[in-house]
Amino acid sequence: MNRITLNNVTKVFNQGRPNEYAAVRGVSLTIEPNRVTCLKGPSGSGKSTLLSMIGCLSRPTSGRILLGEQMISGLPERFLTDIRRHTFGFIFQQFNLISGLSVLENVILPAYPLAPDHRTLMKSAHELLERFELGHKAESPVQWLSGGEAQRAAICRALINDPQILIADEPTANLDTKLSHAFMGQIAQLRKLGKTILITSHDPVVFDSPVVDSVVELQDGAVLQEAVDAA
Amino acid sequence: MNFIRRQRYLVDYIISSMLRRKGKNLGLMLVYSLIVFMLASVMLFTHALKQEVGLLLHSSPEIILQRMVAGRHDFIPASYLEKMGRIRGVTSRKGRLWGYLYDPSVKANYTLMVSDEQALAATEVIIGSAIARARGVVPGDYISFRSFDGETYSFQIKSLLDHETELVSADLVLLNSKAYHALFGMPEGVYTDIVLSVSNLREVPKIAEKLSQRLPDTRPILKQEILRTYDAIFSWRQGILFVLLAGAIMAFVIFAWDKASGLSAEEKREIGILKSIGWETSDVLHMKFWEGALLSLLSFFIGYLLAYLHVFYASASLFEPVLKGWAVLYPQFQLSPSVDGLQVATLFFFTVFPYVVATIIPIWQVAVTDPDAVMR
Amino acid sequence: MRKSDHFFILLLTLTTLFVASLVDTTRWGPEAKARLDRTRELVAQLGLSDPALFTEARYTRHLSQADLHSAFQDHPMAMEHFPSGSLLLPPQLGTK
Repeated sequence: MNRITLNNVTKVFNQGRPNEYAAVRGVSLTIEPNRVTCLKGPSGSGKSTLLSMIGCLSRPTSGRILLGEQMISGLPERFLTDIRRHTFGFIFQQFNLISGLSVLENVILPAYPLAPDHRTLMKSAHELLERFELGHKAESPVQWLSGGEAQRAAICRALINDPQILIADEPTANLDTKLSHAFMGQIAQLRKLGKTILITSHDPVVFDSPVVDSVVELQDGAVLQEAVDAA
Repeated sequence: MNFIRRQRYLVDYIISSMLRRKGKNLGLMLVYSLIVFMLASVMLFTHALKQEVGLLLHSSPEIILQRMVAGRHDFIPASYLEKMGRIRGVTSRKGRLWGYLYDPSVKANYTLMVSDEQALAATEVIIGSAIARARGVVPGDYISFRSFDGETYSFQIKSLLDHETELVSADLVLLNSKAYHALFGMPEGVYTDIVLSVSNLREVPKIAEKLSQRLPDTRPILKQEILRTYDAIFSWRQGILFVLLAGAIMAFVIFAWDKASGLSAEEKREIGILKSIGWETSDVLHMKFWEGALLSLLSFFIGYLLAYLHVFYASASLFEPVLKGWAVLYPQFQLSPSVDGLQVATLFFFTVFPYVVATIIPIWQVAVTDPDAVMR
Repeated sequence: MRKSDHFFILLLTLTTLFVASLVDTTRWGPEAKARLDRTRELVAQLGLSDPALFTEARYTRHLSQADLHSAFQDHPMAMEHFPSGSLLLPPQLGTK
């Protein structure tokens, strides 16, 4: 199990230009494995930027990010992509499913570049869909799904490569309260499977949820308060 | 092995993706195939025709001698056969009698030719199959021609020229020399032209030179010239067709460019999603390559195969009106399949390659976007 | 079956047909040869010099023997072989 360590991480956009601004300034943080961590803060607080750096989607301007013992902040894009594929699963705000494709096709998309055996992949995809009660919708186009179903499809997609860490960016922003609670229920389920989960949110349903192990509050790109409340 | 598996997955994805806009993509493929079909048809047809005519005309006489009077050709006196004297290398010489006859009943031009070999009676003719078709006659029927002085002569059709030789014999009427003289009122002792056979082709230019020295008012037409003329004329006609098609091709290029290069916001978003869930730039580029390759390969093969069937199994029927022009008589002929590999390769290159490139190039910029773009 | 399988099978089929069409061109069987020989025999016997493809005018019928250097040889509206032929109008008959 890998712990994620952030050491004085800074991210500056448009560096050297008049519209330069620092989205993240000097954040140091440790994210424990097999926990649910919530990055909390208003929009513009830098939580999505921080999340994308942790998830190897982007690189910090300065500072270090360590995944276990491995420093990932300085790796070139190829290696980052490789780590990202195997280590992280992503759930986005809009779910970002590709419309027109079936649920099954959407779920197995992250596996394409890794090119696993087709039969194995289909088997694990179907298992995932069954686990999240989407088995009967496998062949339906994603645009026909209800909000809750789309959300579960997005979770399945995040899990298809069996990642150790799950990253969710504002997952409940487009969901009503009932679905948001359902989502937290699914997060609890994933935690039980031993996944490390990292969520950004400013939704009380998320950060007040008993599922969340620790909440990190961000403001203007810096850590305001690192609260740890045992569930 | 992993590479192949990955490509198969990418093809899976691009097919699903293209099936979303089924109508548009199928339409594009249809137009694409049609263009390839037209180009390939012209190409295959002209090449095969050139080949066929070239092979056939290789047995035509090495030298045809015409007499020119005031810049126009005229009858050549039979005495010229002696007048030219003995020329080394000429294996045979012979005067020919032939001419044209306009038949107002079907508005067609016939080529009338005297043939001694056929041993025809003065009231018998042998006609080409296209004439038989146009006039609706069969062997045994009578066919009548109006002579120079207004008389109508009837001839019994002895037989038809072999249907398979139509490419050269469609409009021929073979008759005996007496009938020929009666029809055209030509004086005795003259020929239309003189044909010479030469066994050694290398001697032909020398012989032609001698002929124009000894018979200064004649013009020798060499077989090599004839072959060259036909080679050029078919290339020219092919060129004309290609020019006409160029407009259609340009329209298609604009259409394809727009389709392939104009990335919609939706497509850009999708590529962003793919990158964020772990696709590399190269995966996206490969995927797009397959989009171009899939469409252009299928279109090329479909278009080419249809063109092949059209030219060699449907007698290039779509070109008939073009070649026929104003003519009434048109030969029905079957071309022996013959394909120029270089031409096919050129066609392949010019139809498949640009489309694939047009699909990939614009994606480049989008494909290198940061994977976190979707999170911003 | 996967979508890519459909595509590759289709592509394979078309490629096979394409190769078959190339093989087909070598099908210069005895039949085609006999036809060619018969035609060549006729060509040799009559001394033919041109294919009977364009029978509308005598300089298109016997292109190789036509005197190409005088314009409007047969029909004033006939397609010209010289570019100038498309610029010069045929003489207007019957007017005035």
